[in-house]
Amino acid sequence: MKFDLSEDQIALRDAVTDYLADTCPIPVTLAAHEDATRDKEIWDGLMALGVGGVNIPARHGGIGLGMLDLAVIAEAVGRFAAPGRFFPHALATQALILSENEATKAEWLPKLASGEALATIALAEGQQRWLAEDWMLAGNERLSGSKLFVPVADEADLIIVGLEGRDLALVETSAEGLRIAATPTFDGGRPLFEVSFDATPCTRLAGADGTRLCDAGLLLLCADAIGGAAHCVDSSVAYAKEREQFGRPIGSFQAVKHQLADMALEVEPSMGLFWYAANIYDSNSVESAQFSALAKAHFTDLYAAMARRMIEMHGGIGYTWEFGAHVWLKRSVFDRTFLGTPTIHRARYAQLAGW
Amino acid sequence: MEMSATRDHQQYRQDIRAFLDLEWAKPRASGDVDIAAFRTKAIDAGYLYRGIPRRFGGSEQPADSLKARIIAEEFARAKAPGEVKGVGTQMLVPTLLECGAEWQKEKFVRKTLTGEYKWCQGYSEPGSGSDLASLRTRGELVDGEWVINGQKVWTSYAGTSDYMFALVRTEPDAPKHEGISYLLIDMKSPGIQVRPLKQINGGEEFNEVFLTDVRTPADWIVGERGKGWAVSKSLLKHERNMIGGVDRSDSLFKSLLSLARRVERGGKPSIEDPWVRDRLAALKARLEVMRHISLVQFTREANGAPAGRTQMMNKLYQSNYAGEVANLAVELLGDDALLSPIGNRDVGNERWLMQYMNSLAAAIAGGTSNIQRNIIAERGLGLPREKEGAA
Repeated sequence: MKFDLSEDQIALRDAVTDYLADTCPIPVTLAAHEDATRDKEIWDGLMALGVGGVNIPARHGGIGLGMLDLAVIAEAVGRFAAPGRFFPHALATQALILSENEATKAEWLPKLASGEALATIALAEGQQRWLAEDWMLAGNERLSGSKLFVPVADEADLIIVGLEGRDLALVETSAEGLRIAATPTFDGGRPLFEVSFDATPCTRLAGADGTRLCDAGLLLLCADAIGGAAHCVDSSVAYAKEREQFGRPIGSFQAVKHQLADMALEVEPSMGLFWYAANIYDSNSVESAQFSALAKAHFTDLYAAMARRMIEMHGGIGYTWEFGAHVWLKRSVFDRTFLGTPTIHRARYAQLAGW
Repeated sequence: MEMSATRDHQQYRQDIRAFLDLEWAKPRASGDVDIAAFRTKAIDAGYLYRGIPRRFGGSEQPADSLKARIIAEEFARAKAPGEVKGVGTQMLVPTLLECGAEWQKEKFVRKTLTGEYKWCQGYSEPGSGSDLASLRTRGELVDGEWVINGQKVWTSYAGTSDYMFALVRTEPDAPKHEGISYLLIDMKSPGIQVRPLKQINGGEEFNEVFLTDVRTPADWIVGERGKGWAVSKSLLKHERNMIGGVDRSDSLFKSLLSLARRVERGGKPSIEDPWVRDRLAALKARLEVMRHISLVQFTREANGAPAGRTQMMNKLYQSNYAGEVANLAVELLGDDALLSPIGNRDVGNERWLMQYMNSLAAAIAGGTSNIQRNIIAERGLGLPREKEGAA
């Protein structure tokens, strides 16, 4: 038995990390929050690295790896709070991968792999109705109704829509009767939209189980959260070594040291659980659903706590827009809330565990 | 990442089960149990004391932390006696094997492994706890013997031990870390007085030990004169690995779940209460964190790779966890938390109050939680070392 990332997975993560370290420093991240074209530049670079096709089968233009491989990339993306497009695009791609609708897969997957097309997901129906069992939007060949909190809908070419009966359908954004309205969004890196349909034509994704798609979404949010939380620890430690008060680095004060030790204690040992949850996704087991729920609750709670501590640790500078720490704070709230809050997922876990 | 055990390890597990069935379960079912004889067979089969050479009474197996884990799981499952627990086997033996003289290994290791020799640790002193290197018990070499004077404290099982391994200041003029030697002392020596200390849980496992002109032979020193601190560092490492563990956390959580099923809250089993379910799921996640990071650490150790700084976090995560579990348990107890868990009458769910107290011992023994935070911050995160206060 071997329980660690493979050399290939580490290489994949390092390639993405290196690229983002060069192209995505905090000023660029901040700029991307105000100007979507900056986000697109980073996105195009990631697609050129092959990020879009990681878990797409080779026959559809990808490299056919698993959820853990995708998740370690998502972790690197989360560390830099990098392009908002990654999460919705990766999740929409997963919906097509789960589907048995070969014609639709053959048409879209190569474009999603290369980045020629951008995809997103439309799941929420309000009142915290996020998950497949909550979806009520119905329709067969045409849809009428609306979905909330759809990321980057204004730029997407296609939208994967969750339907009654845990079903999924694909809608092209050029289709008739589709309207997109911006939602004022807390996390500027991942702008959200309300999408409404009026007899809008759609293609059903046969065989794609909405619950499995939601589990994939939970894991991608976990990955973003663990990457983001690791950034919060690292940047706080770095600042404590560099910032001097009373004639010495603040990291030499035991109060600060202990706070940093407690932050590292929360984040670093948790990595193994994240890997496990992502790795068993491909097994499609009951355990996979349990661990997706448990991990989403654990990691997104943890991220939110770490982001707050990071800003507090930085003092006044941490509270400035310019410094950029707020990017992670806002992203942590997105990760925590999107697809349901930790409380919802702990309740789901309890049920799935048969308690 | 390969999550399932390799065929080799699966076969290994089957072999252990067959061994335990034959040598433990069957004799036990017929009431014919000889624990010492069973241990000898388990050592011969290579299941116990795997890292210890055969000539000193171990089974001398190639390092394989996953096999070690499988053994621990299977022995626990069969409720079979494993290695003798305690500071003798878990702290003194590894230290002797690393730093001891040949004759010391021959004299002490085998009989410690069988449980014949029991040990206590002469470490902390009234004025030297977390700042252990400030210890003042002194030893002078007089006529080929160390003459030891001073006081030790928190010495577990001092009254029933055969020997003590102790840190003693033998070079009073050297800087504080360089003046300490690591000595072995026969607890039957004249001049030793043991006074039990009553603990918050009513027990009396630990003691004060007063040493007045206690004599021990000159060569009962492990390592060189003045190098005892370095010897004790390897000791600290062994103790940190020994305290807690995922198995312990796992069984704590299982007991908590069973408590939640047993006790009522608002007229229904507690486990049906949404708040309780939420808190249980949060604790379950933390348990899985420990389980999986230990698998990562095992994998890396098995492959000869550094396990990483998460290893420094094991003790704090585990002792925090024990406290978190105990806290929720006491909430679930409701009014029963007003009852004493100590005494001869039938003790019910309030026995959790013992765990409520014992989890504090886990946060103190072997380096308090704040010392763990210093270690994580300074050695793990590379923050500036604490300067010594003016002495």
